[in-house]
Amino acid sequence: MATATPDKKAARPAARPSSRPLPELIFGDLWEFDPAPETADPKLKARYDLFIGGQFVAPRSGKYFDSVNPANEQKLAEIALAGTADVDAAYEAAQAAFETTWGPMPGRERAKYLYRIARLLQDRAREFAVAETLDGGKPIKESRDFDVPMAAAHFFYHAGWADKLEYVAPGARVAPLGVVGQVIPWNFPLLMLAWKIAPALAMGNCVVLKPAETTSITALKFAEILQDAGLPPGVVNFVTGAGEAGAAVMGHPTAAKVAFTGSTEVGKIIMRQLAGTEKKMTMELGGKAANIVFADAPIDQAVEGVVNGIFFNQGHVCCAGSRLLVHEPVAATVLAKLKNRLKVLRVGDPMDKNTDVGAINSRAQLDKIRELVEAGVKEGADLYQPPCRLPPKGYYFKPTLLSNVTQSHRVAREEIFGPVLSILTFRTLDEAVEKANNTAFGLSAGVWTDKGSRILKMATELKAGVVWANTYNKFDPTSPFGGYKESGFGREGGRQGLLDYCRIVA
Amino acid sequence: MPVRNPPVVFSRLFDEIGTVDQVAIEERVAKYTTRSIKKGSKVWGLRMAISMVDLTTLEGKDTPGKVASLCQKALHPHPGADVPSAAAVCVYPSMVRHAKRHVADTGVRVASVATAFPSGQAPLKTRLAEVRSAVADGADEIDMVINRGAFLAGEFAEVQDEISAVVEACGDAALKVILEVSELETFDAIRAASFLAMRVIREGDFIKTSTGKTSLNATLGNNQVMIEAIRDYYLDTGRAIGMKPAGGIRTAKQALQFLIAVKETLGDAWLTNERYRFGASALLNDLLRQLEKERSGAYQAPYYFSDAADSY
Repeated sequence: MATATPDKKAARPAARPSSRPLPELIFGDLWEFDPAPETADPKLKARYDLFIGGQFVAPRSGKYFDSVNPANEQKLAEIALAGTADVDAAYEAAQAAFETTWGPMPGRERAKYLYRIARLLQDRAREFAVAETLDGGKPIKESRDFDVPMAAAHFFYHAGWADKLEYVAPGARVAPLGVVGQVIPWNFPLLMLAWKIAPALAMGNCVVLKPAETTSITALKFAEILQDAGLPPGVVNFVTGAGEAGAAVMGHPTAAKVAFTGSTEVGKIIMRQLAGTEKKMTMELGGKAANIVFADAPIDQAVEGVVNGIFFNQGHVCCAGSRLLVHEPVAATVLAKLKNRLKVLRVGDPMDKNTDVGAINSRAQLDKIRELVEAGVKEGADLYQPPCRLPPKGYYFKPTLLSNVTQSHRVAREEIFGPVLSILTFRTLDEAVEKANNTAFGLSAGVWTDKGSRILKMATELKAGVVWANTYNKFDPTSPFGGYKESGFGREGGRQGLLDYCRIVA
Repeated sequence: MPVRNPPVVFSRLFDEIGTVDQVAIEERVAKYTTRSIKKGSKVWGLRMAISMVDLTTLEGKDTPGKVASLCQKALHPHPGADVPSAAAVCVYPSMVRHAKRHVADTGVRVASVATAFPSGQAPLKTRLAEVRSAVADGADEIDMVINRGAFLAGEFAEVQDEISAVVEACGDAALKVILEVSELETFDAIRAASFLAMRVIREGDFIKTSTGKTSLNATLGNNQVMIEAIRDYYLDTGRAIGMKPAGGIRTAKQALQFLIAVKETLGDAWLTNERYRFGASALLNDLLRQLEKERSGAYQAPYYFSDAADSY
């Protein structure tokens, strides 16, 4: 049996007898989890009208469109299709509220409403989480543990600011802008709404907001909360619909400021449309973030962060770490560990509490992801997808690794906005910086290393609005968020975010 | 004859095996706690956990009578119900021969702590003699403690040589190497100690978190560090080492979370009591209680279960 001879091979495990097959881990179905569906009632209405002047009102056109559950392609509700006349009405209501109630109201009174909204949202957190998941396709555990609590946190945070606005710009007085027009994307419908509305209201502005076409439901449920909170009519108005309504919201003459979160493409159209006007603008657009792993990083934790960085919310995240830059000495190790990690990601029904990666938000987005991944493979990237079963109906895409990608690949330059990680390598720190910055975007970046001084150097040199060190996708209402270059301008969150919703008066 | 392994240089070991980030480990394991295990999968997990329990009594007041009752409990955790036996009983060396009488040829193994458990602060000669005596009395498995003093003083080779010596003393008995994680403190040190041990023990041997005699025992965090070490060592060498978290796992819910960590880190091949154990005592009855609840739909009072310490 056991001998006293020290096992030299064990002590230096590099040499492996070639006769033995390569060891592999088995991630099979020995212990398959039963379905664990979230069962809370989302309390959806069959039909949602526009929310203008504190009331739900039918669109002038009388037209409605369907909101579809991307997990099973079933219709969830009918949403009002707003036209320019409806947008006009919303701005009129907002302007009236700004002049008569909200604008003149002292900050400490506005704070009470914001606190009330935050608490009501917490009270109905589960219901909102389910509605968000049904409408958008994100896993219930994310809407439950991230989207809804963070949305409430933004209202709490800004409620705290509302009576302390003299400290926003020390030495100067600030005043609200008036009515602001806001258009938000479909990836974090409720959270983006909170990012937009909370600072605007805290500062004393009134709002006309258009949710994304595919994800209007939680905004309209949020309107119910505004009614319950007794928010004066017209302070917040929701117009739902497609591009036409969005253009009307952005271009309306009453809007003193517009805030847009969405694609760089649409952002550029809006900027062209508004060029020459006096409107203030903030734009939070696309990204192609580099997640940079150095050889000395704690590799397993870096891999975990990389997975979190790109597969969070199916990769529908503007700051997603969609480009992995990995130091050549550890490139093979990192790739092998990533593959093993992907094997235990649970892809499927977003309503199942164990689902890690849910449904792609829409058919159009799924087509775009497919097209780009095909282009990546055609250009020579190596594709890896774990062997997981996808539900027969609904829009799903397997978590995907594209390795052997270089800077010249489309998948290294264009935003995919899906669960697809492009993997590139680098040799030196300078090369990592150069590659990370060699993009039209500049929203976020991640650095993984055990060396503190290297983190500081990278944070200085990376041209990105957020640089995460040894972590990724961490958000907080106190922390400003926004980009460089074609990722936009202006900041959301923190004191900086408030500054974008006010003017300085002397 | 003393065993000499190649010298282990402190910094080189860390270079070879890499570091661990504590914040990220804790973030990773938090995800296990959000897994929702229902119905059939819950029953499967509970039964698996029962079969992995090393039912333990390690008290100064242990007697042959107490050990007899422990053995009976390990053999028939819930009389009349269809549940598996525990994996082993874990006792002090003086109790091995008493335990052996009750569980010989039943499939339930006798594990004995040895090597001057829990401190390990006895001369190596004494510790080895204790191991040999426990094995001679019929112990199927030996739970040793590493020399934490030597480890913290950077004498890695000494730690490793002592483990080798115990391996030799074990003969055919399986070995579980207790790192005593709370005294190593950092995740980096836990990973290093895991590798020191794994490089000299045999396939089928285990590494184990703790003695249960200090303030901090098994947690999802240190369990994760150790099973990642096992995974990396396995992928490097093809040698499969087992894992035993011990102490602090008192509820079925915790046990399932540890098993989820195993499933998602080491995979299906470790979901067996040949490669994963729980060092516990109170845990067993909570596993049984949850299992009964799955069967009947209602929770039963603790006094329906034998040897319930917290009957009311």
